[in-house]
This record gives sequence, C-alpha cells and structure tokens, in this order.
Amino acid sequence: MTTMASSRTAVVTLPSDTQIQVTREFAAPKHLVYKAWTTPELIRRWWSAKRGEVTVAEVDLKPGGRWRYAMTTKKGFEVAFHGEYREIVPNERLVYTEVYEGAPDAPAVTTVSFAERDGRTTVTILGDHASKAARDAVIASGMENGLQDALDLLEEAAVALASR
Amino acid sequence: MARAATTTDAFNAVAEPTRRRILDLLARGERPVHELVERLGLAQPQVSKHLRVLREVGLVEAREDGRRRLYRLNAQPLRGIHDWVKRYQRSWEARFLALDEVLTEMKGKEDDDDGE
Repeated sequence: MTTMASSRTAVVTLPSDTQIQVTREFAAPKHLVYKAWTTPELIRRWWSAKRGEVTVAEVDLKPGGRWRYAMTTKKGFEVAFHGEYREIVPNERLVYTEVYEGAPDAPAVTTVSFAERDGRTTVTILGDHASKAARDAVIASGMENGLQDALDLLEEAAVALASR
Repeated sequence: MARAATTTDAFNAVAEPTRRRILDLLARGERPVHELVERLGLAQPQVSKHLRVLREVGLVEAREDGRRRLYRLNAQPLRGIHDWVKRYQRSWEARFLALDEVLTEMKGKEDDDDGE
C-alpha cells in the first residue's frame, strides 16, 4: 500500500479510522530535513506553502516544550496550531500534540519520522486523532484549501485576462 | 460520541484491515468464499460477515455460478474516497514544494562550507 519510490508525490493513506499518514521523499540528508522542520526561520519559509505568510513559528524543542505556528492567508484570515513536544530524537523522530485553534476540543498526536537512504530522506507524518470525526474534519479542511487554491488561480487568470 | 455503524459507507468499510485484505484478493479476480477463507486463514462466518459489510457498501458484488456464489470487486465507491483524500494530499504537496526549495538552498550552503 505504501509507495516508496523516488516519486516527489506525497502519499496519503488512512491506516485506521482515526489516523492519517502522509509520506514524502526529499532529495536531502535527514539532518537537513530535520533542521528545516524544527528551526523557526526555516519553518517560516515553507509551512504556509505559498498560500499565505507565516506570522508565528515558535519552537521550544524539548520534551514538554510548547510550539505554535500561525499563518495569515492571502484572504486575510489566521490559521493557527499549537501543541507540546512529547518525544524528541534528533534527526530521527518527533512526537508532539497538535491542536488546531479553530477546533481546540480535538487534539491530535503527531509522529514525524525521518529515514535516510542514499542521501535522500523519507518523511512520514502519522496523525492520530481523538475520533474518526476529528480525523475526517482535518481531511475536509484540506479540501477547503484545495478549493481555495483553485479559486485563487481562477482569480489570477481572470485578472491577467482583464489587464490585456 | 456515538459512532456510525461501519456499514454506512465505503470509507468506513475499508478502514478494517481484514476487509482491505479481502479487497486485495478480489482485485486479482473473482473468487468463491472458500478460497477467501483459505487465503485469509479465518473462519468462514468471519469472512462472510466481512463480505456482507463490503456488499452493503457496494464494494463487493456477488453472482451465482451453478451451486457456487462468486464474489468480485467493484472499485467504483472507492473513487469518492480517492477524490476526497486527493485534495488533502495537494495541500501537503504545496507545502513540500516550498520545503524542497529551502532544502536545496541548505544543501548549497553546506557544500560551500565543506569546500573551505
């Protein structure tokens, strides 16, 4: 079921009723991927993708330490997450709780693993949610983002056409 | 929280590992129940129960062949799940493309440092 090819596509699977797993390979050794994942200045550059600006990237990287990320989307609304680190194995694994501040009653436990082979790193993000409903809500939010991206592209295309 | 019965949709039905194994087996061709029982190493009543769930959500169809009943996969209901997850996947992909850029720059810096 898992695809481990050198494909640059993220593979999303649903290992159980309450879990979502995302796997992706990166063309870099794991110490760099881990650094990009845990360093605020670097998180600021990728976490929002290109859908907005990261306004907060706080990382207190120790067991029991807190983290909080926030971004402001192009449409001007804020999306924020926070949690607490439970386990830190540098360059190998992170386990932390994760709360979407828009739905604070449904915390998840996320495990991120970094596995290197031939200088490339496979990152596996396993999200364990409190219930199936909470898990499904997270997938549905991805749906909204996808839709938003499509609308943004449509808008850009329309503006480009109008300015001709 | 009240949980929906696992029989309500294809999405719930495939969350169960044995049912995914049954679908894998049927993906390779139509089979009678005793073959599934052998391959899975489970008791027939258990296999029949899973098959019933899979039929209720439309993932498995059955037809009579003489005295046997043959089961086959119908992947159509899985399309909805695929489309649903696909959008979530795309939002991660956008983020990972941005991370690729950061990593490329970090590798460049590290190579420069090694050169000195």
